[in-house]
Amino acid sequence: MADQDYKIPEDCHYTESDEWLREDGAVVRIGITDYAQSELNDIVFVELPERGTQLEAGRTFGVVESVKAVSDLVCPIAGEVVEIHSKLSEHPEWLNEDPYGRGWIIAISPEDIDELDGLLSAADYRAHVKARSGK
Amino acid sequence: MSEAAPAGELRRTPLWSRHVAAGAKMVPFAGFDMPVVYSSILDEHRAVRTRAGMFDVSHMGELRLRGPAALELAQRLFTNDVAGTGLGRVRYGLVCVESGGVVDDVTLYRTGERELLLCVNASNIAADLAHVREVHAKSGLDCEIEDESEATGLLALQGPEALRIVARLAPADLKAPKRWHFARAELAGIPVLLSRTGYTGEDGYEIFAPAERTVALWDALREAGGDALALAGLGARDTLRTEMAYPLYGHELDLEHDPIEAGLERFVAYGRGFLGEDALRRHQTRGGPARRLVGLVLEGRQVARPGFRIETPAGDGVVTSGTFAPSVDAPIALGYVPAKFEPGANLAVEIRGKLAPCKVVATPFYQRA
Repeated sequence: MADQDYKIPEDCHYTESDEWLREDGAVVRIGITDYAQSELNDIVFVELPERGTQLEAGRTFGVVESVKAVSDLVCPIAGEVVEIHSKLSEHPEWLNEDPYGRGWIIAISPEDIDELDGLLSAADYRAHVKARSGK
Repeated sequence: MSEAAPAGELRRTPLWSRHVAAGAKMVPFAGFDMPVVYSSILDEHRAVRTRAGMFDVSHMGELRLRGPAALELAQRLFTNDVAGTGLGRVRYGLVCVESGGVVDDVTLYRTGERELLLCVNASNIAADLAHVREVHAKSGLDCEIEDESEATGLLALQGPEALRIVARLAPADLKAPKRWHFARAELAGIPVLLSRTGYTGEDGYEIFAPAERTVALWDALREAGGDALALAGLGARDTLRTEMAYPLYGHELDLEHDPIEAGLERFVAYGRGFLGEDALRRHQTRGGPARRLVGLVLEGRQVARPGFRIETPAGDGVVTSGTFAPSVDAPIALGYVPAKFEPGANLAVEIRGKLAPCKVVATPFYQRA
């Protein structure tokens, strides 16, 4: 594990609080990064918002709970929650196993899709991870 | 017992570089840089319950009492029966102040006729030493007190396969000590004190070795264990002990809580004259303590954390430890509540502003099959 690079897909945008965002048709899908799931380790619970919730930029929309710690989930852009991944309640381990795929948490309909440009690119995020982890 | 570390930074056990090489996530604990997890806390937990896991607990402290009055001094300090702890035996107990509050929970080894070894929590080594020295000074008893913590390494090898793995490194004629007993032996030529004790609820050993031989011992045990032996960190150590409802100093035990409130009456031997005995006896005259430590199983999947409020019909309690328990597939917690609540009682824990229902249960939460 010491030599492993954290996965940081090019097709996502990132936040400093370790969420990823990816355009998926008309919605933006959101989850936590490989670095985040690695730091949290065994995830046992995800608290999801309700469909239809209006999120302001920077709003906490849920919580990820691991054996050791609790972490807020923050959405950096404004939008309405249109999809929630409710199967995560039975399979929280998907966040650890496949954080960018099966581990997606919510999808929002963004107020302004251009707000994504203000987020970190994969390269920016890689630097942010390296600054904290040394890797 | 520490690799050289720059002053003011975290201390290291002799195994530090082994942990880093194994890819462990390192965190500060009791002033040491310790492995919290190597792969997954839940996997390491399950490995200990089904096969074997090995923990580096070299950060813990070892104090040696030696002299004509060693047993007498120890009895003033220790709530459990010292004189009845014969050679080769191990006993668990508490060290208290006069109010009954706990200075530390320790395991006591009768290593000689007039010699005892106390194994103490890493976070309390300095406080324990100061307390022992103070009691000693006031007593005028003839006894030497030595801090052997730096010179001693300690590994815990726990799980159904543990005895078999250790036997591979031991001389053929070594009889495994019984539970709560220890033996001096050589493992792969390394002199150790092999103690049939542990903090996980599984069978196994805690193995004391000279600090400078601890790496060799770790390597030899890894090789002997092969795929059956997982490296396990402090994360799994915590989930395992919480499943057993074993106290952790700083959570269930501290100067503001006494052994009776903590449900540890069976480790208190009245009539021995230990510091704090009168305070603990007073519980008996009052019909028991006002608050008691209980085990809770929560509905749902949210985890209760230390400090969370417990709501009861008789007033608030507080969570002292909480985690997700793989062996029960539910979140569990330990906490202090008003004394009247028995297993089966329905309470609630406040988690981030909402009440999560929970039930008082008999502990331990996990029973070995």
